[in-house]
Amino acid sequence: MSLAFILFFVFAIIAVAGAVLLIVAREPIHSALSLIMVMVALAALYLMLSAEFVAAVQVIVYAGAIMVLFVFVIMLLNAGMEERTNWSKVAKYAGLPLGVFLLFELAHWLAHSAIGASVANGSEATNAAVSTRALSKMLFQKYLFPFEATSFLILIAILGALVLAKRDE
Amino acid sequence: MSVVPVSYYLVLSAILFGLGVIAFVLKHNIITIYMAIELMLNAVNLAFVAFARAHNQLDGLVFVFFVIVVAAAESAVGLAIILTIAQNRHSLNVERVNQLKF
Repeated sequence: MSLAFILFFVFAIIAVAGAVLLIVAREPIHSALSLIMVMVALAALYLMLSAEFVAAVQVIVYAGAIMVLFVFVIMLLNAGMEERTNWSKVAKYAGLPLGVFLLFELAHWLAHSAIGASVANGSEATNAAVSTRALSKMLFQKYLFPFEATSFLILIAILGALVLAKRDE
Repeated sequence: MSVVPVSYYLVLSAILFGLGVIAFVLKHNIITIYMAIELMLNAVNLAFVAFARAHNQLDGLVFVFFVIVVAAAESAVGLAIILTIAQNRHSLNVERVNQLKF
């Protein structure tokens, strides 16, 4: 049991605990805070996968910007205790078993399939550090057009948010 | 440092995605349902980074950036929709937004 394994399990348990807390919490603000916990744990896991820049972006954009937006809306709407109404029958009888089934199916497949095994073995052979320089070169050369397209996506999202939030006269 | 097999990360990603699906199905609050979507996107990001690490290629990391950008755009538009729904319906419960329900 090396240090890397211990760190992985610590952060994995933090992430899973945060996800479970998101489900069981009844106040939306508690769900938001537990989701921030998941995101910070995932950022630590990105660091262990030597993706430093992705970890930084995860903390700054996800845990910083997006979750602040969520918390802001929760505050703005004064969202209190979640009221418990009856679930729809589809969600009650099909949704929960299917979700649990999907969870175990995916985990089982990844753990036992040939792809999962080959991936597990391939990681230890290649251990070159991912440099931010190489990542930025790839982003601005090979993926330049998708990168520019995302700027249009964000512009459209801003316009959409403005149109939706505009009060009707 | 990276002696943990990548399949461990993939299993964690699958567990987080499944929990996101369960949260999406179980929660009644629209804001919390959006958080469940964000949780699923995060799980997919972890799988992208793990696969990029396994194949020692950076393309997966670039895709993570695109996923983050799409998540940001989605949350901006989605939260505007939530604000509009809250103004019109005076409730955040999805069970009360049922005019399109058959």
